[in-house]
Amino acid sequence: MIDYPTLKIIWWVLVGVLLIGFAIMDGHDMGVGTLLPFVGKTDLERRVVLNTVGPHWEGNQVWFITGGGAIFAAWPLVYATAFSGFYWALLAVLWALFLRPVGFDYRSKIHNPTWRSVWDWGLFVGGAVPPFIFGVAFGNLLEGVPFQFDNYMASTYTGTFWQLLNPFALLAGVVSSAMITMQGGTYLAHRTEGAVQQRAIKGAIGAAVIMIVAFIAAGVWLQVIPGYRISSLIDTAALSDPMSKTVVHESGAWMNNYRLQPLLWILPLLAIAGALLTTVLLLARRALIGFVTSSLALLGVIGTAGASMFPFLMPSSSMPNASLTVWDSVSSHLTLGIMFWATLIFMPLIIFYTSWAYRVMRGKVTIEQIKANEHSAY
Amino acid sequence: MISEQLVDLSRLQFAATALYHFLFVPLTIGMVWLLLIMESVYVMTGKVIWRDMTQFWGKLFGINFALGVTTGITLEFQFGTNWAYYSHYVGDIFGAPLAIEGLMAFFLESTLIGLFFFGWSRLSKPKHLLVTMLMAVGTNLSALWILIANGWMQNPVGSEFSYLTMRMEMVDFWAVVFNPDAQAKFVHTVSAGYLTGSMFVLSISSWYLLRKRDVEFAKRSFGVAAAFGLASALSVIVLGDESGYTVGEAQQTKMAAIEAMWETKPAPAGLTLIADINEAEQKNNWEVEVPWVMGLIGTRSVSKQIPGIHDIKIKNHERVLRGIVAVKALEALRKNRHDEQALAIFNVNKNDLGFGLLLKRYVSDMDQVTPELIDRAVNDTIPRVTPMFWGFRIMVGLGFAMLALFGIAFFSTIKASKEKSPWLLKWALWMLPAPWIACELGWFVAEYGRQPWTIYGVLPTHLSVSTLSVNSLYGSLAGFVTFYTVLLIVEMYLMVKFARQGPGSLGTGRYQFETTHGADNLLGAAK
Repeated sequence: MIDYPTLKIIWWVLVGVLLIGFAIMDGHDMGVGTLLPFVGKTDLERRVVLNTVGPHWEGNQVWFITGGGAIFAAWPLVYATAFSGFYWALLAVLWALFLRPVGFDYRSKIHNPTWRSVWDWGLFVGGAVPPFIFGVAFGNLLEGVPFQFDNYMASTYTGTFWQLLNPFALLAGVVSSAMITMQGGTYLAHRTEGAVQQRAIKGAIGAAVIMIVAFIAAGVWLQVIPGYRISSLIDTAALSDPMSKTVVHESGAWMNNYRLQPLLWILPLLAIAGALLTTVLLLARRALIGFVTSSLALLGVIGTAGASMFPFLMPSSSMPNASLTVWDSVSSHLTLGIMFWATLIFMPLIIFYTSWAYRVMRGKVTIEQIKANEHSAY
Repeated sequence: MISEQLVDLSRLQFAATALYHFLFVPLTIGMVWLLLIMESVYVMTGKVIWRDMTQFWGKLFGINFALGVTTGITLEFQFGTNWAYYSHYVGDIFGAPLAIEGLMAFFLESTLIGLFFFGWSRLSKPKHLLVTMLMAVGTNLSALWILIANGWMQNPVGSEFSYLTMRMEMVDFWAVVFNPDAQAKFVHTVSAGYLTGSMFVLSISSWYLLRKRDVEFAKRSFGVAAAFGLASALSVIVLGDESGYTVGEAQQTKMAAIEAMWETKPAPAGLTLIADINEAEQKNNWEVEVPWVMGLIGTRSVSKQIPGIHDIKIKNHERVLRGIVAVKALEALRKNRHDEQALAIFNVNKNDLGFGLLLKRYVSDMDQVTPELIDRAVNDTIPRVTPMFWGFRIMVGLGFAMLALFGIAFFSTIKASKEKSPWLLKWALWMLPAPWIACELGWFVAEYGRQPWTIYGVLPTHLSVSTLSVNSLYGSLAGFVTFYTVLLIVEMYLMVKFARQGPGSLGTGRYQFETTHGADNLLGAAK
């Protein structure tokens, strides 16, 4: 069996992989949903947009569900503390997501323009709201969240919903929204043609530019925001107990990892370079490679947030010693081991059959195809 | 201390969203096999009517699946949002099957459902059939892992409490996977799903036959549903009995409440058919009993006794007393991890820790425990008998009624008479809600019967909630009710619309209410 400290690191990487997988896969669906009302002017055009993700959104959404399940299994305290603390934010995500399965599946089953328009905006909300809230949540993690534990390890969130919507967090929300829109627009550019493709390219490039500006602004801001640092000795093999360390809250702490390991600068550079390259490739009509560079940009953004905070997962602003970290807020050695093997076996299979599904459904979605499959297409 | 109102509202929200989710799940689990059967016949015979059947019933399946997915996300997230302490306390064990469900099953079924709907013209016949088959396997594996997680809540095996991390930790993964309670639950629940799927197809086909429309299509659908439904009804009842047997081993309390068995009866105990339950005096005013049967089902022997509620309470009283000692020792250990004396006391009593925690509903300081409070905690260990007793009986009654219906429907199918009797078709139509009522009651009996615990004997329900304000709960509950009502109306509208339209909704030109072609090429080979 792999030793406990190594497994703790592996799980930090694996949760990162799941989040990045979610951003790449479900992210492009959500980006498509966000762009839907704007790139499709007529009903047929909107149906083209919907059918680019029609056969895939369902599978892609499982990245989100499995991500949640993996956090539950690997970091139960993070799952418990974050989900109950961010109660209303999570419910907003959930209720926005409600609109997707029904929107996709029910919209085109009835020929009423109002019905269809309502679901189009439902799909917009289902695509636009979750990435924004996830970005806001990440912003709050970087700032620290007011929560504490009692002697029974029951967590209490002592903040309000409104304080989650502070300027830095909102900026992080903009980064997230913009990168997901870029991802969706680039995917649409690859799968459509004509006017829809034109508008998708415009949308993706606009989003890429906003992402770059907001990401750089957030990076500069991060220099002055007080970060967190473990000030006691760390026993990486210890049982999971977040209360057994001391933590200081100090300016510039989120830059410590970059000072110690300059190679990490690759991550923010990847975020910016990926988005820039996507813009260039879209202008050159090379949307498929653009989708790869856009995905790399997503990896860069999420990687930057993770690398800045490591080993912190969820710092506490009101009781810094209670902060949740990679070392002390994880599942038992046995559970981490089992879940590692389960992921190692199933993740390649998932990637295999997902790729196959995309291969089967490849090619441009056209207005003619929609007309020919009036009864079965979305 | 946690307010009662917060606990009640959290329970109400979970019960409402879980029962709502469970309106869609059994139909998905069952219908996917009916689709597989229909498509297999299509691939083997090449007759296009079987493809139309797969596609039409698939359309209804899709409408249902959308809401199953939507409402399933709620449940996964609600553990964290509303049951945070539960999530911390048992996440080490409970989270694993949930995550494995995603990795092994839900990804598979969700990725392939897209190809099922959109891949007809892009995949060869055998490849499309393979997609349908894997989708069916994925759906059922999903149920397996969810029920492994749920089975562990009923019978928490393979785990141990750690005072250092203040939670339950996994010690034997395979014990959790092969938990007899989980396995029995799995087969019983998926069989109930198969029954639901069969009932759905049987009822709607009967409606077409009553109206003498799309007869060839409806007759074949009726036949498939009748055959699959009969097998499912038999397995639901036989495996339900198996599930009763394991409940008896792991949760005598639940069994005693289901049977309204206040006193331990001499072995082999009789089965109470009906009773006038008097909860206040903890007895039945009168009851009708079939001798021997309960003892045989519950213990698989003629000599083993099944304990009644009063005897269970006497035993639980002892456990509460030891539990109080365990809680005190635990609290000492949390103050000083090196308190050897407290550790020794804790280790002797830790199996009853959960019973001590029951008192946290009334006092936070164990030194203030009074004999009255102990009695209240002991009383809490028994769920209310009346809803358990009747909920179970209605479920079983509906099960037998469906068995009879499917038996006759199957007989009428193999008899291959020209027309089925209208009374049979009407009966099949009116029985449409039966499997849903039975499934919901089954879920209710399993979960309500586990009270006052979220994890039986380990973690009391009132400790499991998140520390939220009561207003947050009112707000979220109102939101869920609004959303779910609207979604249900939309779903029912579409379901009824397409069921009424029938296979004509496929737009192939081969069915009723379509203008082109005739019904003549129905049995011809596919293009």
